[in-house]
Amino acid sequence: MSQVNNFSNHRLVNWFKLSSPSTFYPVAGKLIPFFWVLTLAFGLAGLWVSFFVAPVDAVQGQGYRIIFIHVPASWMSMFIYLVMAAWAGLGLIFNTRLSAMMAQALAPIGAWMAFLSLWTGAFWGKPMWGAWWVWDARLTSELILLFLYLGFIALRASIDDPRRADKASAILALVGVVNVPIIYFSVKWWNTLHQGASVSLTKAPAMAQTMLWGMLLMALCLWMYSMAVTLMRVRAIILEREAHTDWVRQLNEVKN
Amino acid sequence: MWNSPAEFFAMGGYALYVWSSFGISAFVLILEPLLVRSRFKAIVRRLKQEQLAERFDKEIGK
Repeated sequence: MSQVNNFSNHRLVNWFKLSSPSTFYPVAGKLIPFFWVLTLAFGLAGLWVSFFVAPVDAVQGQGYRIIFIHVPASWMSMFIYLVMAAWAGLGLIFNTRLSAMMAQALAPIGAWMAFLSLWTGAFWGKPMWGAWWVWDARLTSELILLFLYLGFIALRASIDDPRRADKASAILALVGVVNVPIIYFSVKWWNTLHQGASVSLTKAPAMAQTMLWGMLLMALCLWMYSMAVTLMRVRAIILEREAHTDWVRQLNEVKN
Repeated sequence: MWNSPAEFFAMGGYALYVWSSFGISAFVLILEPLLVRSRFKAIVRRLKQEQLAERFDKEIGK
């Protein structure tokens, strides 16, 4: 009988305790500088490899270096959407406030990543394809991803009751997940202008090792960056939504 | 690989495209945390003012 109900007490970190805004708030505050340091380290290493180590491309010359921001931003735009939908789904299932706040905090940075993916893609497409924009399957589905992020943000903003906004936007986020595999496999399913995947899980990468390293380092930089910004934003959201509670009043930064 | 800074900035003739991509990305990625920080500061300021207002209310009520 003594084994019942104490499984979580032996863990190094009690994850259940962290799911409350009041315990998560200070932890998030401590993690933010750590993620900024990692962002800076990966960013400097990634930019150095991108501009000074990776060799010039045989076909696209120096113009191909846009890949080092374009591909990581595109990866993050899809990855953040999945994480956001997962938090939104957890919020629907367990009715936890923090999950919905995390989904809310992830949406803007995901939208920025989708925007950067489209922007850098346009500036890559113009010299290589001769067009800023084409209604290619991958470009169109990435544009829809940006609209899904914006729709999520707008839907939240249009509902006054935050708990109802949590539920409505969570459903929108979950329905939108169907778009992520469409983006990812679009270059395989439809034979259009956008080139195939640069990095595949099943094949050896079709590029120089140093180019791959540049992309991976930049992707890690954007990943750590997204974590840092999301934690900063979720702290602001927690304060806004828990403004009436006693624990917020007791915070050192709020006390006069 | 680069023989001079000018060659680096010229990017083999792709300067407009490469630097527009990286420039706007840097701009967005720097602007974003600054906006979040100002949002955080705004809510902390509001909470402080609310507490101050409550304290004055109590003192006047006595």
